[in-house]
Amino acid sequence: MSMISYASREINCKLVYYGPGLGGKTTNLEHVYSKVAPEKRGKMVSLATETERTLFFDFLPVDLGTIRGFKTRFHMYTVPGQVYYNASRKLILKGVDGLVFVADSQMDRMEANVESMQNLYDNMAEYGYDVAKIPFVIQYNKRDLPNAAPISELQQQLNPGWEVADSAKQRETTDSLNKGEWLITQVDGTWIQRAPYVESIAIHGVGVFETLKHVAKLVLKALS
Amino acid sequence: MTGAGSWSLSESDYRRISKHLTELLRESDARCAMVVDRTGQLLATVGEALSFDPTVFASLTAADFSANDELAKMIGEPEFASLFHQGEKESMYLADVGRRLILVVLFDQRTTVGLVRLRVKQTVQDLLQLLNEMFGRQSHGQPESQKRGLLEGAEDEIDKLFDD
Repeated sequence: MSMISYASREINCKLVYYGPGLGGKTTNLEHVYSKVAPEKRGKMVSLATETERTLFFDFLPVDLGTIRGFKTRFHMYTVPGQVYYNASRKLILKGVDGLVFVADSQMDRMEANVESMQNLYDNMAEYGYDVAKIPFVIQYNKRDLPNAAPISELQQQLNPGWEVADSAKQRETTDSLNKGEWLITQVDGTWIQRAPYVESIAIHGVGVFETLKHVAKLVLKALS
Repeated sequence: MTGAGSWSLSESDYRRISKHLTELLRESDARCAMVVDRTGQLLATVGEALSFDPTVFASLTAADFSANDELAKMIGEPEFASLFHQGEKESMYLADVGRRLILVVLFDQRTTVGLVRLRVKQTVQDLLQLLNEMFGRQSHGQPESQKRGLLEGAEDEIDKLFDD
């Protein structure tokens, strides 16, 4: 739940990085932490096991600039990806303003991706939130690996789209991030919308800021 | 509700929260008091200067409370309305305020948990009343109009902010 503080002149928003275990969620935050000037970010906290698997969450606050004299502060969270940490994973979604799903592009992780995406929809629904209606970006990570699935297959499995009920939104919309791709289109007479996506190699920082900026922009636009 | 929504904290509400926290510190001899929302955003802090990052502290506080809420449910309690973490020198007392906010009090050996607990009860009542007024106004549109005033027509500025 975003909070506009007129006292500290800040707009605070919560971003959650979701996805299967070992997909690169923590790596995204680590890259942001390493590249953002110290005065523009806070301390990064990782509640992890001794083997560096996320146990509860990672947290990193970053300032992404000023709008109308208000600092835009984004609180970035990751969730634990491993299936059996669902109870703590769900807690992190409370009050989320923007979502990033970090998918592992490797063929043999497709099932884990699908399961995690379904889990995201289920956990959001339990709070009464609708994934289709909040700022949402999918990041296809590990694009450099030889066993990475083609984007078309990942899109089909993880981002097939949802029906657009609002007639005001029923118009062809292209994806500004990916040439030739659509965000809203008609399929067999039904208007379908899907989430924008970014290809990444988070471990080398490729696509990390593109993802963050895009979801942050969507969150602020949802407030405007 | 389709998303988490948003809310505003006006300067006058901030001053009123700070006033309640100042009274609490004076009456309890605690070191520092803060108000955090359930999603981990820090609203106000009063008292001794903090030697740690308050933003991180706020997010951990909210997570701590959320995790304990789930534990409460598991043992058949609707919630734990307060939590007490005792250290050798420094301790923390956390109290729920209307399921929306958390009041956090840091204190040391200059006072006792009994006194802190007693004073916190009154502050929770004061904050609850304030909270009801804030959200009462919100449902009547006042902060909503402030929010629209702030970001209305800011699309271009937002685009510019994120252009490389």
